[in-house]
Amino acid sequence: MDATDISRALTRITHEILERNRDAEGVVILGIPTRGVELAERIAAKMAEVEGTTIVPGALDVTMYRDDLRLKAPRALEATNVPEDIDGRVVVLVDDVLMSGRTIRAALDALSDLGRPKAVQLAVLVDRGHRELPIRADFVGKNLPTSLAEKVRVRLSGTDGSDDSVSIEGSGA
Amino acid sequence: MKHLLSAGDLSRDEAVLILDTAEQLLSVAQRPIKKLPTLRGRTIVNLFFEDSTRTRISFEAAAKRLSADVINFSAKGSSVSKGESLKDTALTLQAMGADAVVIRHHASGAPHRLATSEWTKGAVVNAGDGTHEHPTQALLDAFTMRSRLGDLAGKNVTIVGDVLHSRVARSNALLLDTLGANVTLVAPPTLLPVGVETWPVETSYDLDASLEKADAVMMLRVQRERMNASFFPSAREYSRRYGLDVARMNRLPDHAIVLHPGPMNRGMEINADVADSDRSVIVEQVTNGVAVRMAVLYLLLGGATEGETA
Amino acid sequence: MSTVIKGARILGGEATDLLIEDGVIMQIGADLTGDETVDATGLIALPGLVDLHTHLREPGREDAETVLTGTQAAARGGFTCVFAMANTEPVADTAGVVEQVWRLGREHGYADVQPIGAVTVGLAGERLAELGAMADSAAQVRVFSDDGKCVSDAVLMRRALEYVKAFDGVIAQHAQEPRLTEGAQMNEGPLSGELGLTGWPAVAEEAIIARDVLLAEHVGSRLHVCHLSTRGSVEIVRWAKSRGIDVTAEVTPHHLLLDDELVRSYDPIYKVNPPLRSKDDVLAVREGLADGTIDIVATDHAPHPMEDKECEWQAAAFGMIGLETALSIVQQTMVDTGALTWERVAEVMSANPARIGRATTHGRPLAVGEPAHVVLYDPTAKRTIEPADTASLSRNTPYAGRELPGRVVATFLAGKPTVLEGKLQ
Ligand SMILES: [Zn+2]
Repeated sequence: MDATDISRALTRITHEILERNRDAEGVVILGIPTRGVELAERIAAKMAEVEGTTIVPGALDVTMYRDDLRLKAPRALEATNVPEDIDGRVVVLVDDVLMSGRTIRAALDALSDLGRPKAVQLAVLVDRGHRELPIRADFVGKNLPTSLAEKVRVRLSGTDGSDDSVSIEGSGA
Repeated sequence: MKHLLSAGDLSRDEAVLILDTAEQLLSVAQRPIKKLPTLRGRTIVNLFFEDSTRTRISFEAAAKRLSADVINFSAKGSSVSKGESLKDTALTLQAMGADAVVIRHHASGAPHRLATSEWTKGAVVNAGDGTHEHPTQALLDAFTMRSRLGDLAGKNVTIVGDVLHSRVARSNALLLDTLGANVTLVAPPTLLPVGVETWPVETSYDLDASLEKADAVMMLRVQRERMNASFFPSAREYSRRYGLDVARMNRLPDHAIVLHPGPMNRGMEINADVADSDRSVIVEQVTNGVAVRMAVLYLLLGGATEGETA
Repeated sequence: MSTVIKGARILGGEATDLLIEDGVIMQIGADLTGDETVDATGLIALPGLVDLHTHLREPGREDAETVLTGTQAAARGGFTCVFAMANTEPVADTAGVVEQVWRLGREHGYADVQPIGAVTVGLAGERLAELGAMADSAAQVRVFSDDGKCVSDAVLMRRALEYVKAFDGVIAQHAQEPRLTEGAQMNEGPLSGELGLTGWPAVAEEAIIARDVLLAEHVGSRLHVCHLSTRGSVEIVRWAKSRGIDVTAEVTPHHLLLDDELVRSYDPIYKVNPPLRSKDDVLAVREGLADGTIDIVATDHAPHPMEDKECEWQAAAFGMIGLETALSIVQQTMVDTGALTWERVAEVMSANPARIGRATTHGRPLAVGEPAHVVLYDPTAKRTIEPADTASLSRNTPYAGRELPGRVVATFLAGKPTVLEGKLQ
């Protein structure tokens, strides 16, 4: 995917979110660090454009809720910044790549400690399959079937300082 | 980082990581559910050979907010002979599966001894040892100063009082130097340690001389009993020469803050009006203490520990 | 029965044979024969070593050491005579206690034990013990010391110095000004400030030594300074000797080798009194020993059970064992560095301590007609110190894991081998 593909995918996701929830009222967009935060900002901006209002996206760091903490050295925490009370609202979690679903599981746990949303929806730029938990995305930029040996690399201008792109690496084929 | 024994062991990156982590964890205190599941199944022992309810409660709150199991072990006043109790206690804790031991001890170096012995395999956190160090206090002081003053590089911090007997002063001097601050220790000559000239600090016998450039002033607790050992002639003379009163406070720059590691001797090293003034961040220090200790426990225990590497 | 030691290098000189019979050196020369032969090819022969400062712990702390195990450790270290410090329980402050210790040494036969008498009753520093009675006892005590404590009262010290003149005694002072060292844990310096351990300042030692040499001069008595450890102390003793004051001084092996940086580990194995000093002090005591300001090396062998060391620094006991490593450390720090010859080693570890303590049959030269107290030493050997490999009941050696030069191969006490091929007999 190149920058145009990514922009187009995010625009489509934005419209789908608005369509599903009728409008932006009552929707909280939360990006999961690192790249989910930038994607959430872009979706929020597009949404604001469509709706003609300001929408402040947030960030939800799930590190402390991960189930694989003991497998690696402790990780630095990213910012958590939940813009408003989430009770009774629709939270849209945004992440770059959906694979095992474990990050989203952690995010759901983190959310439940912050409040009780009316519903939680999931938007991802890429769904590469290989789910290990019963989790699915509500909004998908692109389905990218890959083998486990491969790596999906997402680059975003704001986070990585390079052109937006999604590529598959290490396939060997 | 396997243990936290001395503030001097921390690199700048490690120190900043702890402070940054604490900053993220500070918000947990404001949430409806003040708990993170991170250390579920981990056992943390608070091993206190010396009374310090404040420090113990702070560590206990930090551990519980991370969902660790906490065992409080107060060894003070136990009938075991002083010397043997550290080893025997450590062996008991090891048998109980302690993943970390937070130790407070009246003997300098006791945490170091615990960490380097074969008595326990867990992480050791120094919660204050004798007249040596108190690294988490220094971290929370640095955290408090950073949140009020911004990056500490180039900031002037004046630490006043019984440096000789103060583990807080030692840890602060080392950590603040690592973080790039300029530290001035102010005390009567009797209360400065031999060899202080080798420390990364300035020293002065004159409190008034260092007030005008100070971004932060930290007042150390001075025990009245010190005057019986001729460290200074009287409480009155001490407080006149080295106490922070309103007149002195007013000579500080407008943005300057006043810290005290507590417990305070109001009227001795600090005047009540100063302790309760807007410049005083003493209450903040307590709140920040929990976040900083959460950060330390998370960074020591939150990831793979020895024997657990994937 | 006669024994021939074949091919030993007396004081490091040319190889020769020694014939020993009835506890006496009968002949020295080539191609001697006897009933038994000990091959000493390549080994140095020194007169049996004399330790003026040993803690044998018996009576009272037989869990740490006994006269038997302490003298066995002494034999393994090449010593044939040890002076047993008075700080036992009960204190060796009466003729009864000193005779008991002296007899135990004779019964076991591993080394002659010369008891040191306490200067003051119960080491309390208040009134003189019965120094004359101890001097007149079977133990013939000549050295008096409150070691472990300082005779800090100037009047008491003066009287003690004067009183022992009547029987040619000497006061061995543990120089430590008590008020300046209350709660002291380690050498006072930048490191004590950094580690938060109460400092033991050099001045607390030097002030007492200065006072005592002046007292000794004033009353015309003999003074011995135990375990001197600082540059300032060396300078004061040097000055006193230049004035003709009758003072002798000792240094321990550990103060010749180790410095206070080791305290950084907070491992109480390095906790000792006087404390390990700075690198500069280590150099100063080596210089003092080399130029004769310091007369002797004495071990201050101080056994402690493990539980007194396996604890936090502040709670740990002061002291380290040293009988079995002393000669190796003197070789490493003084001989291998060119500061002392083997001849001088024999002076500082045998002749001088025997003379100071008036142990008349010890510290004699290796010559025909002299008592056969002999140690055979292999200076080319290397050994890594293993704490369990000791005859002492205690394991508190600060040299664990260190490689030290040299090995005692055999020790003869009055012609009788106490150690052969490195093993106790
Ligand atoms: Zn002594």
